[in-house]
Amino acid sequence: MKKFKGRPVVPGTCSAPALVSHGGFNTLASFQNALQFGDKAAKCGDQNNKDLYQKPMVGTALCLPQTIGSTTGGMVLYCAKVMERNPACMLFSEHIDSLACAGAVLGAVWTDSPMPVIDCLGDEFLNYVKDGMKITVAEDGTVTVE
Amino acid sequence: MNYKMQLTPDEIEILNGAKGETMAKVMKTLVMYGDAFGATKMVPVESKMGHLVTSFGLKVMSPVYDLMDQLIAGGALSQQKFSVDPKPLDPKVPANFLQKLIFNKFMYSKQDEYDKQLAKLGLIDDKSYTCTCYMDEVGNLPKKGEVLSWAESSAVVYANSVIGARCNRNSGIIELFGSIVGKVPYFGLVTDEGRKATWIVEVKTTKKPEAQILGSAIGMKVMEDVPYIKGLDKWIGTELDGDTKAYLKDFGAATASNGAVGLYHIDNLTPEAVEQGESLIAEGAQVYVVDDAELARVQANYPIMWKDKSAAPKLCFVGCPHLSHAQLIEWTDNVVAGLKKNGLKKVTVPTVFTAAPAVVEEFNKTAKAKELEATGVILSYICPLMYMNNPLCKKMPVITNSNKLRTYTTSRYYRSDEILNIITGGKA
Repeated sequence: MKKFKGRPVVPGTCSAPALVSHGGFNTLASFQNALQFGDKAAKCGDQNNKDLYQKPMVGTALCLPQTIGSTTGGMVLYCAKVMERNPACMLFSEHIDSLACAGAVLGAVWTDSPMPVIDCLGDEFLNYVKDGMKITVAEDGTVTVE
Repeated sequence: MNYKMQLTPDEIEILNGAKGETMAKVMKTLVMYGDAFGATKMVPVESKMGHLVTSFGLKVMSPVYDLMDQLIAGGALSQQKFSVDPKPLDPKVPANFLQKLIFNKFMYSKQDEYDKQLAKLGLIDDKSYTCTCYMDEVGNLPKKGEVLSWAESSAVVYANSVIGARCNRNSGIIELFGSIVGKVPYFGLVTDEGRKATWIVEVKTTKKPEAQILGSAIGMKVMEDVPYIKGLDKWIGTELDGDTKAYLKDFGAATASNGAVGLYHIDNLTPEAVEQGESLIAEGAQVYVVDDAELARVQANYPIMWKDKSAAPKLCFVGCPHLSHAQLIEWTDNVVAGLKKNGLKKVTVPTVFTAAPAVVEEFNKTAKAKELEATGVILSYICPLMYMNNPLCKKMPVITNSNKLRTYTTSRYYRSDEILNIITGGKA
């Protein structure tokens, strides 16, 4: 077990299995199929993401460095939240990028059940965490990996 | 709510609901967004007009349209008129029966409804659908130093770099919220410090580099950082004339899509580089050298996403971002000359050139329009990226000279000279 201290961009608590992307997470490419074709498990549709392609994202603790891609990214993340196709939480090793931040904040302000989003967890976090490990997120941004 | 940035009494009143619950939520969104990046305050949006990235009535984005309804019902409308990205559909662009059915009945079934929402929120007019809103013919041209609330990545990087305006690389909806409140958080590319270059790029090629490949190489190297580019003025000059602006439009779109560049400086050319020179370079900036071999390496590494890599192309798109008037004329002349050289009358691959509706309108007033029409090339206002972004088009062998289109779709990239050869019956 190891604990990592990050910064809560959207504070909250949750417990979920880890799903890890070591490369940048392309929000539009990842969620487009899930939103378009009613895939309730939200299998990742980004063929360029070898870590996540075809893996279900709903209910996971999505661990990633940053998001990349189209500036529609924030809207797509917001849609995923409203349509309940979102991960349980998003955990960024780096400082959150402007697109993911927009989606996180829109979800926090315009929906009733914000998704916890923690950033600045550090490279060591992303090196340590593996798919399926149990993640627990505390209100203050502490992330426990076991 | 708890917040860290310094707000004025007026801003605090809005946050506390003085202008209604919807406006309070819009302000809260912007404050939380700014706080995440250490913004110290909100600053006024200074441009006359805004620009939105979301132009498509995509059924899957229903939550966005519901949010727009909330804004309209709550009286939270844009304080400035705005243009918006290109439409995803144009009946002139080739599509088979199944594609038309899926486009109109399933994918973009919300288009008419969304167009009406945009009009209520503050859209300039029904000709204002383009990613190149800064073209003279379109008229959404900010002034140097003005703070903007835009999101379209190719327009943001152009406005910051070529015009010298100030805008962060925002997400869709956030840019609309900035136009509604009339203010944006003060951080990143809006600040002097955020506009310093943390990379020096030395261009050492033996000929003028292809804009789309140079931009791609730099974008992939520096990602979201600001590059200061030396040696490019040797090839594209020191004057921001029409040709140079068109080059920088395509170059910038590639830096923004292959990486996440929101601002670049070009030595002796872009406004801030002309004024401030190398004082724009931050201490400890990294160096990236681009030569012929590096550009060849970058192009050779683009993945080909076609199932049958030797398939004959079924469609060609030129104009992502939308072409300028001068580019349309140049392409028309080149296609006419290419066909003549190869003894042909019509292009050998169905080809679509795309430009802003206002640019198309002006071009259609010239004799060149008839010449282009005679070659079989279709001139459209469509967004090629939105056209391609569905399972049916993903399977089509589409070619393009746009690195942005290549990055976000399954289309295959060729340099402009290669594209010209292919569509006029020559060899690639």
